[in-house]
Amino acid sequence: MVKIVRKKELNPTVTLLEVEAPLIAKKAKPGQFIIFRVDEYGERVPLTIADHDPVKGTVTIIFQKVGLSTQLLGDLEEGDSILDFVGPLGAPTELPERVGSICVIGGGVGCAIAFPQAKENHAAGLKVDVIAGFRSRDIVILEEEFKANCDNFYLMTDDGSYGEKGLVTQKLQELIDSGKKYDAVIAIGPIPMMKFVCKTTEPYQIPTIVSLNPLMIDGTGMCGCCRCTVGGKVRFACVDGPDFDGHQVDFDELMNRNAVYRDEETVQREEPHHACRLEQMGKKLIP
Amino acid sequence: MPNMSLTKTPAEEQAPLVRNQNFLEVSLGYTPEQAIEEARRCLNCKNKPCVAGCPVNIHIPEFIAKVAEGDFKAAYEIISDTNALPCVSGRVCPQENQCEERCVRGIKGEAVAIGRLERFVADWYLKNISAKPEKPQSNGIKVAVVGSGPAGLTCASDLAKRGYEVTIFEAFHTAGGVLVYGIPEFRLPKAIVQSEVDKLKALGVDLQLDVVVGRTVTIDELMEDGYKAVFVGSGAGLPMFMGIEGESLAGVYSANEYLTRVNLMKAYLPDHDTPLKRSRAVAVVGGGNVAMDAARCAKRMGAEKVYLLYRRDEEEMPARREEVNHAKEEEIDFRLLCNPVRILGDERGKVCQIECVRMRLQAPDESGRRAPKEVVGSNFFLPVDAVIMALGTSPNPLIRSTTPGLETNRKGCLVVNEDTMKTTRDGIYAGGDAVTGAATVILAMGAGKKAAQAMDEYLSQK
Repeated sequence: MVKIVRKKELNPTVTLLEVEAPLIAKKAKPGQFIIFRVDEYGERVPLTIADHDPVKGTVTIIFQKVGLSTQLLGDLEEGDSILDFVGPLGAPTELPERVGSICVIGGGVGCAIAFPQAKENHAAGLKVDVIAGFRSRDIVILEEEFKANCDNFYLMTDDGSYGEKGLVTQKLQELIDSGKKYDAVIAIGPIPMMKFVCKTTEPYQIPTIVSLNPLMIDGTGMCGCCRCTVGGKVRFACVDGPDFDGHQVDFDELMNRNAVYRDEETVQREEPHHACRLEQMGKKLIP
Repeated sequence: MPNMSLTKTPAEEQAPLVRNQNFLEVSLGYTPEQAIEEARRCLNCKNKPCVAGCPVNIHIPEFIAKVAEGDFKAAYEIISDTNALPCVSGRVCPQENQCEERCVRGIKGEAVAIGRLERFVADWYLKNISAKPEKPQSNGIKVAVVGSGPAGLTCASDLAKRGYEVTIFEAFHTAGGVLVYGIPEFRLPKAIVQSEVDKLKALGVDLQLDVVVGRTVTIDELMEDGYKAVFVGSGAGLPMFMGIEGESLAGVYSANEYLTRVNLMKAYLPDHDTPLKRSRAVAVVGGGNVAMDAARCAKRMGAEKVYLLYRRDEEEMPARREEVNHAKEEEIDFRLLCNPVRILGDERGKVCQIECVRMRLQAPDESGRRAPKEVVGSNFFLPVDAVIMALGTSPNPLIRSTTPGLETNRKGCLVVNEDTMKTTRDGIYAGGDAVTGAATVILAMGAGKKAAQAMDEYLSQK
């Protein structure tokens, strides 16, 4: 049981919770995740750690209320407790050796877990550029935090309502074309974004690390639900990952496997408020 | 005068076509009268061959004699003297290969139903005696147990009874390990596992849930923190797959995943959030107990058709005979000498068919086992919307990769001295599937027991 000490709504669907979890705070490294279970009926859901403070003994998670469990988690307030909170799980991010300059790319709520990558590596003395992409201005998160923890910050929106108009891959291509040399790229966001970042970096052979988010149950190397195909081999995101060499990942398969329970997700616990865009669009079309 | 009936006193069971629609226990167990009747079949042999067949050396003839007298409380005390989890082992032990295999009554007729009697006694005690065990006088020495499966629970119980201050670290939100995530409710009700865990707590064992040793804390940190010895019972690990086309389609599960969704996360209860796809036709691949559990769960989850695909014949199946028979009675369709070669998906990436090939057993090789060989051109298709792979597991890498000095074998299992269960590091012991690879509950319990004994000797010499 962990207590929520701080709650902040970052935008209408994205929430930040800081919880008291001293053991995890002491151990956490960028790239690792926790598994939470809201109550005794709840699912086990993985979330990558967004920040941790070993001195205060707290761990920060940032999540989008996309389904039942994240909705229930988002309904909790400061002072409330989360029944189960386990971690840090997964292997910490490992950059290739002798890296001097990296580009961290975040998409949407993925920026929440791209942030610790920028922060940690910048603090370690690396040159860090950040490209953060959002659909529009109203869902931009962590802008100030990124600016304080990198060398160059590029903010992109799909609709041009803030920052520059365009996709993160366009910005990355532009930076590469302008002569920027990156020793590695870390990409965290929606699966299509990670896939196309990898396609962008592949011709230049820039090592590209992606953080995968497959469905997961135990998260400790037991159930095999989180298996992904990487380099033609079965790998388990909970113990072998969640970071993998993006050039080796079968993203289409991951996307397919992640969609398995989309139907079930919407019918549990008396139709909770659902923030999935596709569903909202569907409701408009079929009232 | 003993009861000279050649057959076991039958225990009532739910009717097959009723029970395959619910998750209630299959076997209803003995009544006191039936138990006494069966206990009277025991000849109380002097040399006790049955005890030698028991991995935890239960004083079998002695407890059965008490059952015959109707003194069930005394019978329980004899069992619990050597067995920390009688409610569990009475249900899931393969008695037919252990105590009952060696029973003299089995030479002509059926062995004494030792397993059923053990279960009866343990259930009777649970129902009729409310007294919890008392916490023994503490010796002030802290020991840690990693994992709360059968090995860990047994080791913790034996150490606590000797006065050690035991803390169990469990990665999941519920204690019990494979007893709660793997073995289904209809074979081992979870309330019973919980009652065994509660007994441990009454002995003073501290249970820390949601702690992943190797991640949240390492074994070395535990030892720095004052734990004088550690027992590793972290269980089996990652599921194996066949490496055939289509194994990553939506609708292909490992048995671990399928059983975890159903048992630990209770997907069969509508008030729990963890989803499980409702499948109409399911193929389970494998021939062990886990395959039987998965097939029988799939049937109970509403599948109209459940196929069990196994590449050898029934005689070679590693599953318990009783489980095989139960599965058949519940209308699991056994397709033996049959091996999957490919899983096919529809346009949305969901399983829609499985392609199999028939197999033929060859003449026994040097090891005496008959290797299966494909019958060329015998391929056929089964229409299924889910496939469950029950092919075994490979050990979890977490502990070995975070604990310097712990040796593992080629398969990744922890190397131990078989007499003491001591690993290659002083003060660290291990047992159960983490050492043997996938094996039985009772062997894990035996290992936990042996380790507790050796840990006690090691710590009292310090």
